[in-house]
Amino acid sequence: MKLPFYINNFLSETGSISRFITRFFGQLFHPRYEIRQFIRQCYLIGCLSFPLIAITGFIMGLVLTMQLRPSLIAYGVESQLPIMVSLAIVREIGPVITALIFAGKISSGIGAELGSMKVTEQIDAMEVSGTNPFKYLVVTRVLATTLMLPLLTVLSDVISLYGSYLGVNIKGHTSLQLYFFQVFHTLQFSDVLPALIKTVFFGFAIGIIGCYKGYNSSKGTEGVGRSANAAVVISSLFIFIIDLVTVQITDILGLN
Amino acid sequence: MQSESNISIIDTQEPVIKITGLKKGFGNRVVLDGFNLELKRGESVVVLGRSGSGKSVLIKCVIGLYKADEGEIFVLGKKISELDYEGMDKIRANVGFLFQSNALYDSMTVRENLEFPMRRHLKNISPEDVEKRIIETLTHVGLAHTIEMMPSELSGGMQKRIALARTLVLNPEIILYDEPTTGLDPVTGKEISTLMTETQRLYNTSSIIISHDMKCVQRTADRIAVLVDGVCYAIGTYNELERSNDEKVKQFFE
Repeated sequence: MKLPFYINNFLSETGSISRFITRFFGQLFHPRYEIRQFIRQCYLIGCLSFPLIAITGFIMGLVLTMQLRPSLIAYGVESQLPIMVSLAIVREIGPVITALIFAGKISSGIGAELGSMKVTEQIDAMEVSGTNPFKYLVVTRVLATTLMLPLLTVLSDVISLYGSYLGVNIKGHTSLQLYFFQVFHTLQFSDVLPALIKTVFFGFAIGIIGCYKGYNSSKGTEGVGRSANAAVVISSLFIFIIDLVTVQITDILGLN
Repeated sequence: MQSESNISIIDTQEPVIKITGLKKGFGNRVVLDGFNLELKRGESVVVLGRSGSGKSVLIKCVIGLYKADEGEIFVLGKKISELDYEGMDKIRANVGFLFQSNALYDSMTVRENLEFPMRRHLKNISPEDVEKRIIETLTHVGLAHTIEMMPSELSGGMQKRIALARTLVLNPEIILYDEPTTGLDPVTGKEISTLMTETQRLYNTSSIIISHDMKCVQRTADRIAVLVDGVCYAIGTYNELERSNDEKVKQFFE
């Protein structure tokens, strides 16, 4: 039986990504370890993404507070505003929005960079120069995205909550101390931990898909553009799929 | 001229590269279909063939970037197919590869581009020796002043010279050139060809050169191997092949 083209293509792509992931874990624990390159990637991927993540987080917290206030006033529970916002940010909106922004900036960048290196034979040159290009380029980047996204999410959550505090004070008055007392009084360990764990998977998906698309880029500069675009689209889709799965798991475990 | 079937090694010198019955295909397309070639020490062999005939695939098989489907490749006496990753690395430290697109790392300066293979292949080399080698090699290609520049700041010809310098910095015994003059103007192309012959003399290297630039071929080749339909169709010196009456050989010299 001959499968339709799109099903065949989907299965083939799934197989290739699976092999790529297997190769990643196969090379992860074998020396030589590219420590310097890993630290450099953490700086490029993590530190240089911080301003964008911070601005997005701040606006997210501020806007969410301003949007929620009228509904809460209608139900006479305006005092619950910090609780509602903090739960929404820490459990769902913070990790997902941060991951989407991160995917837009990093996954496309990795896809384009590795794609360009592939079509200009720089990856082959690296192999000829006695370097395992997979380890040097892929393993370091995927580890960096996996480590950096949870850290950026924590920072983004804190900045979002500060934005929310300012939002609360636009039409009312609450001290910073009281606001954060309410927030931390509400938040449970089961709110924070699952949210942070899922960002590890988001980070891994963003790194591995960006690297996969770039590393397997072909057809010249057109292929580089396609790789960058596909990296963002697929990693964004994966963020939602992972989010859906983790919500189901936390629900089964009674953490919701 | 000798046809492939008439090749006979007259001298007893062991070839630095020996390719026998090399076959390589991609999907259903057969690119190399039993290619044979020997490169002797100090010799320069140009592989001549039409675009898409498999010339670049041939040298990428030699350096281990592609795995041969069938046949044997011996480089400096070692059978490529039997080498593990470390063994292949040792071979690669002695075989330079000049890529058609230069393949300079565009996120690194010229100095870092030259340092990179040395840091990888020569683990015990001192920083002073690294610096000395970089300066010496850049001086050889006439571009010592570009040491702190980025590849994007250099012209095509300069990039080619830097790529050659990156190849030479390890003092390789063999250099594989993939279309070294393609995309260059005739004057720069001539400069690169001259640099290649000077390099061969000074560094005592052996080379396989992939080209269809006949002026470059004439300047650099000791022997020419004509690649047609995946096999070494003819082999001989420039003058021998130029006088050939074979249509498939003649077309390159017209």
